[in-house]
Amino acid sequence: MMDKPRPDPDTLLEQIQAEDARAKRGKLKVFFGACAGVGKTYAMLSAAHQLRSQGMDVVVGIVETHGRAETLALLNNLEVLPLREVQHNHRPLKEFDLEGALRRHPTLILVDELAHTNAQSCRHTKRWQDVEELLASGIDVFTTVNVQHLESLNDVVGGITGVRVWETVPDHVFDEANEVMLVDLPPEELLQRLKEGKIYLPHQAERAIRNFFRKGNLIALRELSLRRTADRVDGDMLAYRRTKAVQTVWQTRESLLVCVGPGPGSERVVRSAARLATQIDGRWHAIYVETPRLQRLPRAARERILQTLNLAKELGAETATLPAEDATAVTVAYAREHNLTKVVIGRDHDNPLWRHSFAERIGRMASDLDVIQVARNPHHTVPKEKTSTLLFSEDIPLWPAYGKSVGLCIAVTLLATPLRHWLELTNIVMIFLLAVIGVALRLGRGPAVLASFLSVIFFDFFFVPPRFSFAVSDVQYLLTFGVMLTVALVIAQLMANLRYQARVAMNRESRALALYEAARDLSGTLQPKQIAEVCDRFANHVLGAKIGLLLMGGNGNLQEPIDLDGTLTDVDTGIAQWSFDHGEVAGLGTQTLAASPIFYLPLKAPMRIRGVLAIEPRHGHWLQIPEQRRLLDTFASLVAIAIERIHYVEVAHEALIKMESERLRNSVLSVLSHDLRTPLTALVGLSDTLSLEPLPDHQLEAVQAIHDEAVRMGSLVNNLLDMARLQSGQVTLKREWQPVEEVIGSALKASTRALADRTVHIDMKPELPFVEFDAVLIERVLCNLLENAGKYTNPGNNIIIQAQRIKESIQISVSDDGPGFSAGSEESVFDKFTRGRTESPISGVGLGLAICRAIVEAHNGRIWAEHVTPQGARFIFSLPVGTPPDLSVPQELDT
Amino acid sequence: MNEFTVVLIEDEKQIRRFVRVALESEGCQVIEAITGERGLIEAATRKPDLIILDLGLPDRDGLEVLRDLRGWSQIPVIVLSARTQEEDKIHALDCGADDYLTKPFGVGELLARVRAQLRRHQLSGDIGQSRISFGHIQVDRAKRLVTTLTGEHIHLTSLEYRLLAYLLAHPGKVLTHRELLREVWGPSHVESPHYLRVYMGNLRKKLEADPARPDFLLTESGLGYRFKP
Repeated sequence: MMDKPRPDPDTLLEQIQAEDARAKRGKLKVFFGACAGVGKTYAMLSAAHQLRSQGMDVVVGIVETHGRAETLALLNNLEVLPLREVQHNHRPLKEFDLEGALRRHPTLILVDELAHTNAQSCRHTKRWQDVEELLASGIDVFTTVNVQHLESLNDVVGGITGVRVWETVPDHVFDEANEVMLVDLPPEELLQRLKEGKIYLPHQAERAIRNFFRKGNLIALRELSLRRTADRVDGDMLAYRRTKAVQTVWQTRESLLVCVGPGPGSERVVRSAARLATQIDGRWHAIYVETPRLQRLPRAARERILQTLNLAKELGAETATLPAEDATAVTVAYAREHNLTKVVIGRDHDNPLWRHSFAERIGRMASDLDVIQVARNPHHTVPKEKTSTLLFSEDIPLWPAYGKSVGLCIAVTLLATPLRHWLELTNIVMIFLLAVIGVALRLGRGPAVLASFLSVIFFDFFFVPPRFSFAVSDVQYLLTFGVMLTVALVIAQLMANLRYQARVAMNRESRALALYEAARDLSGTLQPKQIAEVCDRFANHVLGAKIGLLLMGGNGNLQEPIDLDGTLTDVDTGIAQWSFDHGEVAGLGTQTLAASPIFYLPLKAPMRIRGVLAIEPRHGHWLQIPEQRRLLDTFASLVAIAIERIHYVEVAHEALIKMESERLRNSVLSVLSHDLRTPLTALVGLSDTLSLEPLPDHQLEAVQAIHDEAVRMGSLVNNLLDMARLQSGQVTLKREWQPVEEVIGSALKASTRALADRTVHIDMKPELPFVEFDAVLIERVLCNLLENAGKYTNPGNNIIIQAQRIKESIQISVSDDGPGFSAGSEESVFDKFTRGRTESPISGVGLGLAICRAIVEAHNGRIWAEHVTPQGARFIFSLPVGTPPDLSVPQELDT
Repeated sequence: MNEFTVVLIEDEKQIRRFVRVALESEGCQVIEAITGERGLIEAATRKPDLIILDLGLPDRDGLEVLRDLRGWSQIPVIVLSARTQEEDKIHALDCGADDYLTKPFGVGELLARVRAQLRRHQLSGDIGQSRISFGHIQVDRAKRLVTTLTGEHIHLTSLEYRLLAYLLAHPGKVLTHRELLREVWGPSHVESPHYLRVYMGNLRKKLEADPARPDFLLTESGLGYRFKP
């Protein structure tokens, strides 16, 4: 039975992740007020002073004192960062120095006026973006915000005060602040302060009171700010309740879909949706469905739509542009796919009677969706703009087309004139209609409309009796004219639409083809340079832009762009690096360093960001066209995947080379060892034989030396051969269950000579279990360890062999009280060709321990070295115990 | 020492040379053979007391030569092997080789093994000797009694005694695990070497002064055991 309600694990996980991300980030504290002059900056500085007196590293990034004496006084005793001087419209401006602040990296920084818009040459367009970067680098930030600067309240405040503010802060920045402190001042006191000149200088104050600081305004603003703060507190409490599982029923999170249309006032629709989304604490999406009709909108209108989408994004929405024929179906499908239950639509004003509004159509198609209609901006109407073909208008020369249209009409007239005796007038109308079709098909809508009118005029003037006059003898010809004109116009419209559709399809086709070709070319690339060539080709032929490819270097930083003929090399590596580090677009047409003429696109591959594509389009607006951006994004992901593929091909290639060289080395070693062994055997044997002869002492010594050296070489060859075999994986372990004392005994026997004059103690715990190992190899480990102990100690030293069971392993150690090895080389002694003391006269090449390690690790064991206090070295290896077989032997009778 | 005849089957000239010198210094007559084929002919015609056989021969596998030889002769055989021929070494011992030497080896080592084999050969004819002593232990094989030199009785189980007796019967010979298991426990136990290890441990505890560093019941790692008189 579960009596206590438990928090939803997903919600908890989300919260933990959010907290983790925040723990690394700096903390943001917002001093929030109803309007200028309530004392936000003052409160912020006071708080800073308090923290500073507690010893915190506090720095003033930027503070606007507006010449207020009280505020100025508070700036004393605080470290103030110097401002950056920038040129704006040939006027020097002082801006907050983001780079300086990041370099200085204080614990806490004060950045006044979060809504401020930076000068063009700054890194970010908005100061709140600077603050985001400060927070991301782990610096705590204090800042100030006025209620009218909040994006979602912007138009509400504008409606109340009649003053529109253009500098805004997205609500999510405010909502994600760790702490919001409301700085409140009753309107009377504020007005009093204003009159006393504490807020503005006297002559400014006069104007301000008249315009903005009316008491009614102030009360409204105060209420707004109080309510907004209360909303936030509410949200905090909700979050608290969620973690503590106060509530038993969890409603599914509601989410909104707002449709951005081409009509005026979409911005207001988006803001309303943002407010709604905040109230229901749900996620929301904003989409723009681009139908062929909308693709013909003038550039300004399309840019406005894109700006509205950007606004939605800033307000926290997920945005998408969907190309489709049927807006209703796509909207419903999108809502279903993303599980969005409410659709927000701006109310249509001038809907024709015979046509259902968009909202109604959605309602009919999906009765389960809530459709919320909100008001558009009532006053703000955009002058009706002429639709034009944006995509293709540039490549059709207009006047020649009209000329051709007129010419064709004249030609038809001349042709038909001699035929009028044989043909009925109705059939001559047909010839004119044929001409209109031709014009519409070849020359487009405008010339076709012109041809329609001209046809009617020429027909009337040259054919309808009385000829060469616009007068008509029979009234029924008026009907002929009417029908002829209507038919001609309809044909013109239909044909032009058809032509347009065909061109759209062709364009789409050519883009798809270009992408297909790029993908094919990229799949064949083997070097970064070849990728750069494909990029260059694609940029030239398809995008009409210059392109540069910057790849990630070995140190995780971007390298210089790959230099090819005609590629873009004059890029700002600083912006590119920023884009690479943050994984976001930068430069032209973005929120970050928009003053740059180049657009930077990070290349996101499945594993990580692999580089940056720098694009310099011929026209700046080009990037605003959604099709082009989509095309570019697709291309970028193709390039990223190609780069990643090349990267892994290189990795695999390197691994292969390494493997090959290892194999070659092993086989060379093996052959060498074998061929060395036979002559060594002869050398040892012959010198031995010689030493048995009655020789003078000095000759005997020489013979003994030859013998010793040959034996040494023999053991070296054995070591080399063993290492080679162990490394090439040719060794199969012959594991058998056996007691360790047996192998210790045989190793001691084999090492008798190496341990001469050293005292060996054996400390073996009784009842050690049987262990499964290869006796020959483990004996070799012990022999090597004992031989080392002999080699690095002096006669008279002690050597102790210990064996004991520790949990699930048997530990065997060989320790001595000799001089030991140098500190810090506990690990490196096991490396190949490493010796305890490099310059010592003691023989060996340092393979012994490497072999030990290889053998022990082949047994799933571990070997390591320790210092012994007061002096000496200890080498320990452990072998897993495992489950020994039944060792009880069959019962037998005693003798 | 009497004149012993030793057949040396080895293809390397320099090795043949020093082995011959060493053996001749012991008073042996050495007959050299460069190939396995030649070696078998020499072994058959010269009636040697000992054969020294290199496992890496140019014409035939040393193991084959050994098998052929064991088909008709029980002459002691010492095999010479390189370390890479670990498996061959076991096979050679299982096939009836009496001892082995790993290259490179010294003259002292060689002569010790040779002497041991020649002596064993001599002793094996002398079956009547029922008493053997090693260290502080005395074994009376006729009475199946094991005592210390001071006359203290040491109790052995019947299997322990059979194991000890088999070891004592082959002084100096490397007895592989398989052979000991087959001879003491019976052919059905050849795949259970841990029995042997348990008994060997018990024997050492009872008979060796320091069981961790035995002087007589020696371990040949990976191969088997040897009784060193």
